[in-house]
Order: sequence, then structure tokens, then C-alpha cells
Amino acid sequence: MAVAWSNVSVVLGGRTVLDGFDLSVAGGSWLVVIGPNGAGKTSLMRTLAGTVAHTGTIRIGSEDAGGIPGRERARRLAVVPQHPVIPPGIDVFDYALLGRSPHQGLRFSPSERDRRQTLEVLHRLELGDFMDRNLDTLSGGERQRVVVARALVQDTPILVLDEPTSFLDLGHQLEVLELIAELRTERSLTVVSTLHDLAVAGQFADRMAVLDHGRLIAHGSPAEVLTPEMISNHWGVHAHTDVAEDGSVTVTVRRRQQA
Amino acid sequence: MMSSSTGAGVTGDRLAGSTGSGRSRLGGRWLSAGIASVLIAAVIGVATGPVPIPIWQVVLELLDRLPLIDVDSSLSPADRAIVWDLRAPRVVLGLLVGALLAGSGAAYQGVFRNPLADPYLLGIAAGAGLGATIAIVARLRDAVGFMDPVPLAAFLGALLAVAAAGTLSTRRGSTGSPATLILAGVAVANFFTAIQTFIQQQNSETLQQVFAWILGRLSTAGWGEVRLLAPYAVICVVGLLLSVGALDVLAVGEEEATTLGLKPRSIRRLVLLVASLGAAAAVAVSGLIGFVGLVVPHAVRMLAGSSHRRVVPLSLLFGASFLALADVVARTVRAPAELPIGVITAFIGAPFFLLILRRQTLS
Repeated sequence: MAVAWSNVSVVLGGRTVLDGFDLSVAGGSWLVVIGPNGAGKTSLMRTLAGTVAHTGTIRIGSEDAGGIPGRERARRLAVVPQHPVIPPGIDVFDYALLGRSPHQGLRFSPSERDRRQTLEVLHRLELGDFMDRNLDTLSGGERQRVVVARALVQDTPILVLDEPTSFLDLGHQLEVLELIAELRTERSLTVVSTLHDLAVAGQFADRMAVLDHGRLIAHGSPAEVLTPEMISNHWGVHAHTDVAEDGSVTVTVRRRQQA
Repeated sequence: MMSSSTGAGVTGDRLAGSTGSGRSRLGGRWLSAGIASVLIAAVIGVATGPVPIPIWQVVLELLDRLPLIDVDSSLSPADRAIVWDLRAPRVVLGLLVGALLAGSGAAYQGVFRNPLADPYLLGIAAGAGLGATIAIVARLRDAVGFMDPVPLAAFLGALLAVAAAGTLSTRRGSTGSPATLILAGVAVANFFTAIQTFIQQQNSETLQQVFAWILGRLSTAGWGEVRLLAPYAVICVVGLLLSVGALDVLAVGEEEATTLGLKPRSIRRLVLLVASLGAAAAVAVSGLIGFVGLVVPHAVRMLAGSSHRRVVPLSLLFGASFLALADVVARTVRAPAELPIGVITAFIGAPFFLLILRRQTLS
């Protein structure tokens, strides 16, 4: 399912954090949005989630998102927030089961089918043994997998991830991203994510967009976007880039030299 | 880290058996315990009083009232009158008030995602206190012959306070944040309390009456109070039980709940409406009984888990039995004098709560 922004702006507290954003993402592709801190990446994700007021239009599938009721939107698009709120005392199964909410009635009472789908996803993500564990007792990497599990349980064609790997060490970062990459192929998902780590962003994206000061600076394939000039201009660091045969880009950042 | 078995297949069935029904079995056990506690509290409440009635006779007498069951409790007509005209109404009132205070406390805590929220958070206590004070000071009891105007005045005062807090925290058609609502509630409560204190000060001859009302009591003259409370109790209980699922979704916060297809503001408004209605009606007939709305849901959460599917129904049940038993203590400890029930709920509730809290932190 495709996603498109058309002249989308967000103003928060009198400050324009997103300024006339225009971009479309084809169904089944992975768009990674990069940009320095405060560039407006999270606000961009929130425009898709429908949790921030914006001007301009967003299309989810073939429809204007403004006309899609909240529940239907939640059946099309699942969100992994940057700082998920974990209800105190909740266990892994019940937390993942929350992903079925948009498919339930007004009483939000889970059916046997909801439970079965939740179990399938938990097993797929190798979380079967964690089922009854309290979320508070999990490591950061395990917890992040559970939050991803909730989004997959939601069973939507679009996955929106806001910094899904922040606070994870290198190994767990790759683990979560590889998992999403596999699931994307498996389920033909459209993935829209932000990633602050340039070193990995270019290896997973098939489309990239650079955001700075709320403006779209560049977009295209990783090889087109991730150039030493771009990184130097917007991050202020010197970097070396390697483009592999499959089009993925590896970025190596060099330490700043004293002039 | 990938597993190749993605289908439901054998593993899915096995786990559906162990998690699905295992969970509900545990929940069912707590539910049975809650219902049992209500029945035990009712029997003890009816059996206890100046005229002792053996528990087995109370049980038989209650059973006899059930459809299709016909047993002889061998109670004398006088004892039967004590049971049905004096004690049963009071016990039922205690059960209802306890259920409403604990249930709405659980709902308030869920809506505000704050363990310190209680049913009086949005000014219900202050509003009811002001309403009751005005009714007492103006001697409406003498003016209105056919009914006691104090509960009605307290009820209206409580609803006025909540409505004021709700309206003041809303601006230009959009609902404010939960924090704004709480602050508005605090401001309204202080304002109402100031007026109430002023009126009380100016009419010191009614001080004792006002004070007695504020401390809370369950006194009944027949089934009148129960009938007053019943319709609000039904609305509140049904409303709360219908929203337990939504409260569980809301536990991830408003923003994430939105992305899960929930309308947080509508749910918040609906739950606060039914919870406030129930709490206001309870306060109107019983005065300000503290601690139940805070302690019971917490105890339930610590013992049975934090899902609202359990916390709300179990709070209703254990709140009911807790208050009915507290009332037994209130009317027997210094019989024939009665202690204010609010004193008892705090006196029993606080140590009990600390005990659970200690056990919880130690384990």
C-alpha cells in the first residue's frame, strides 16, 4: 500500500517543524528518513500516525488520510513509537495482543482468532518463551522486539517506525532491522522509518529522504542520497561511502581533524 | 534469530491452551473469590447487631428469598423484620457504595494513568460537601417534608463540581489534556471548599451535623436510600464493565492508543461520566467515605494483575465487601454508638494496604 505526502506542514508552538513536505512511497518499499536532530523526522512520522495536526494532504493507499476513520487507519498502518509507553505490570502476550485492538469491536475484547494471531507473531519473532514475562523484566533489545511484535500483530500493510533501534547496541540494532527487512519481504510491507544511524540506514533502505530544518533536502536511492557532500553539509562530519553492487551504501564516519 | 515455524500448527494450539485458558482460569478464581467475599460480607452484616441472629439462620433466610428455593429459617416474625427492614437495606447500601467508590476509583486511575487518582479527584467531595452544607444550613430538612433533601443537594453539588472542572479545562471545543483536567479539578475543589468553610463558619450551630455528614455514615430507614442509589449504580457498573477493554488500550497513552484505533478523548469522557455519576450518587447517600476508592483497586492490582478486565470487576466486588464489613465494625465496636465509617475504612484500609505493599516490594 502506497503512502504520499503533498505539501504537508506541521507547526508546533509557533515553530514550523515540517515545511511543505512532498514525497510518495511506492507500496512494498522501505523509505528511510534521515536528518540531524531536530530536523522534523518524528513529526513526519506523526503525520502518518495521525497524532499531530498538519496542513496539506496525506494519502494512505488511494484515499486522503483525513477522511479515513481512526480505526480504519489503524488497520492500514501500525506505528512503532520512539519511546513506547509500557503499561506497568503488563506481560509480553497481553502487550502484543493490544495490536489487535483496531480489529476488535467497541468493547475491545479479544477473540480466539486475535489470540492465535498474537501467538503466531510472538513465535515468528522467537518470543514464545517470553510470553508470560513482565515487560519490565526484559532487556532493551527484547523489549524492542516485543514492541515490533505488537505492530506486526496489528497486521497492517504499512509499518511506521520512529527510530526503532535507538538505545540498542550494534548487534541488537542489526537484529531488529534484519527482522523488519525479512518481514517486509515476507508480508510485502511498506515500511517508513527514521534512523539516526547513517552507518546502517543505507544498508536497509531502498529509498531515502534527507530532512533538515523541516525541509526535504534530497530523496532517491541510497546511492543518490548518501554522498560525502550531503553528509558533510547537513551533519558537519566527513564521511566515506561505499556503494555495493546491490545498491546498498555503507557509511564510514571519520574523526574530525583539528585544523 | 529467525525461526522457520511461522504457522499456528501444533505449537500454536499448545500455547493457545496454556496461555489462553490458563489466564482465564486464574481470572475466574479471583472472580469467584470476589463473589464469595460479597456473600460472606452480606451474611455477616445481616447477622451482626444488637439482636444476634445465628449465621445459619441468616443463610437459610437469604436462600429462601431465591427463586425456586423454599427453606424454613425458623426466624421469628420480629427477627425477620430486623433482617429485612433494618439490616438488609443497610448491608445492601454498604455493598453498593463500596462497589461504586472502588469501581470508579479504578476507572479514574485507568483514565488518568495515575495510581494516585481517586473518585474525588475532580471535586466530587468538595461539591457534595458544599451541597450538603447548604442543605443543612438552610434547614431544607424542615422545609421539604416528603424527602431528605441533603442527598439530592450533595449529588447536585458533586455533579456541578465535576462539570465545572470539565468545562474549565476545555477550550474552543477541544478537550484539554488529563493534566489540565486534574488541575481544574483541584482548583474547583478548593473554590467549593472555601465557600463551604465560609458557610459553615457563619452557621456554627449546624457544625456538628455538617461534620457528621462529611465523615460519612451508612444509615438507612428502610430501602429508600438503596432505591435512590440503584439506578445510578446500574448505569455506572454497566458503563464501567463495558469500557474495561478500552481502558486497557488507553494504558499505552493517548498517542499510541490513537494509533491502535481508539478515540482516547471520547473514551475518557464516557468513563469519567459514568464513574463520576456513580461516585457522586454514592457520596450523596453516604457522605465522604475516603480510602476505599484508592486502596481497593490497588490491592486488587497487586494481587490479580493490572489489566482493567480484572481490576474493574474485582474492585467492584471487593469494594462492596470491604465497605459492608467496615460498616459492621463501625456499628459494633462501640455499640450502641456508631463510629464514622470513614474512620474505619482508613483505620483498617491503611495497615492492610501497607501490608500488601510490603509483601509486594519484598517478593
